[in-house]
Amino acid sequence: MDLEKIKSEIEAAVPGCRLQLIHNDSPSGQHSLLLDREHAVAVATFLRDDPELRFDYCSNASGVDWLDKETSEKVKVKQLVDGVEQEAEEVRKTRIPGYLEAVYHLYSMEKKHGPIVFRLHTEDRGDGARLPSMTPVWRSAEFQEREIFDLYGIVFEGHPDLRRILMWDEFEDHPMRKDYVEPNDYEYEPTPHEAVLEKAKQARAAE
Amino acid sequence: MIAPETQELTRVTATADGEEGLFELSLGPHHPSTHGVFRMDVVLDGERVVKLKPVFGYLHRNHEKIAEGTSYLASMPYTDRLDYIGSLTNNWAYALSVEKLAGIQVPERAEYIRVITAELTRLQNHASTIGFLLQEMGASGSPLMYGFREREKILDLFETLTGSRMMCNYMRFGGCRVDLPVGWLEQTKKVVADFPRFLDEFENLLTDNEILMARTQGIGVLSKELAIQSGVTGPVLRASGVNYDIRKVDKYGIYDRFDFKIPIGEHGDAFDRYMIRMLEMRESVKILEQALRDIPAGPIMDAKTKLRGFRPKAGEAYGRIESAKGELGFFLISDGSPQPYRYRVRPPSLINLTVLEDMCIGYNVADMIVIFGTIDIVLGEVDR
Repeated sequence: MDLEKIKSEIEAAVPGCRLQLIHNDSPSGQHSLLLDREHAVAVATFLRDDPELRFDYCSNASGVDWLDKETSEKVKVKQLVDGVEQEAEEVRKTRIPGYLEAVYHLYSMEKKHGPIVFRLHTEDRGDGARLPSMTPVWRSAEFQEREIFDLYGIVFEGHPDLRRILMWDEFEDHPMRKDYVEPNDYEYEPTPHEAVLEKAKQARAAE
Repeated sequence: MIAPETQELTRVTATADGEEGLFELSLGPHHPSTHGVFRMDVVLDGERVVKLKPVFGYLHRNHEKIAEGTSYLASMPYTDRLDYIGSLTNNWAYALSVEKLAGIQVPERAEYIRVITAELTRLQNHASTIGFLLQEMGASGSPLMYGFREREKILDLFETLTGSRMMCNYMRFGGCRVDLPVGWLEQTKKVVADFPRFLDEFENLLTDNEILMARTQGIGVLSKELAIQSGVTGPVLRASGVNYDIRKVDKYGIYDRFDFKIPIGEHGDAFDRYMIRMLEMRESVKILEQALRDIPAGPIMDAKTKLRGFRPKAGEAYGRIESAKGELGFFLISDGSPQPYRYRVRPPSLINLTVLEDMCIGYNVADMIVIFGTIDIVLGEVDR
């Protein structure tokens, strides 16, 4: 599939959307499109409903975690040392903020073509880890987005039933993140019993 | 960060005073019909299913995280443990994705061996699935043992070839691990030649059976549109009348060389899903006959691929195959290091469960078990 052509078609159909073609160096040649969060649902609906493209089947949705990156470069700067100008090397560090990513693989069952890959980036890895949900467009994303929420912590806005799917509900962290630290006690699970004990303790203290 | 709001299951209104109302039932995780540790939170109105939420994760061991911490080769044995009924197809899907990622060519003999082992896997998977389905319908014992008898013959072949009945760990990127042992092809030809007789016997026993028809026809209908929309794949999708088989669409490996048909269902009910599996076994036998006839001599590994210290260039690839359960895919991102940066399994069993609620609503509890049985899941793959 010619991704350049699809890109221009999307741009014509969804005014105002910002697309970026991401090149893939692997021999697989599966290049992808980076969509902006605001127009993602409109673009996805276009990809699904356009009579030429008809990507009616969202095969795979996966999360990826990209950590903060630090790049350092050596820069030559002029310094005044004892009144004499000298050239010295200084290391400058630039910090590229990390983000979480959701990657979707689409195929067409009607036209039997594909795949087309598109990705969405969150703003950051903290509170801004929000993305529009693709479940209203393709229901096959329902469980997969729940899994991404569970393991990566991306909150999908517009998802009908966003709950943990593989980990238990009381679990707090997101284990697939690259900076995840394993708990030292796997067996620990808050139980209703502990809340009762705590309450009893407080009641006894008040007596 | 927590979920925006945890959803509450419908309030139960039946009371101890004899007031009738909705009844909440937690079916599983330790129930013989749930194929492992799987739970369904069901709300019932009498016998009728009103709401159903599948709950899983009991077998979750974060396979993806483990794979991201180890070399590409070291994940190969672990893929056996996903869908432990069809370890060879799991191997193939992973090998195919890595081959796409690194641009590896597979020798012809290895491609033939892959097709043979994958189709044998499909045969034994479908035979045992139908056996399990009948078991859940109440036909205790016989059909399951008929299926298992045939499965055992195929597992014996796997054992001679790979050293293991179920955890085969046989394929490698660029080919297969060992060449066929002496006499293996002859033995396989015998098993394949005998298989149609088993199918006739099995069908005689089941297809015209009045109880099976009554329990499956018109039960758990899945419409074509909903099937596509919810990403259902494999026999469940084709039973709903969608002509989509990755062996035909992608023509991965050497599937374009074989003459075989894709059975398509009409009604999308439980009976069609049963029948599709029966017919698919006959087509697999056809593929096997052709592959066993045409298999050439030659190397089984790509000589240029180094398995140890394997470092693909930075990039990503998504590879998929038609496993016995549906589309099994692997999504890999490489950053040029010996470990995959991202390793994702697209599990057909999990995604086929998306529509379980839609298929079950309005049917009885006993039908719910049958509908669930026709989806054919393995919890090792659902939970990973």
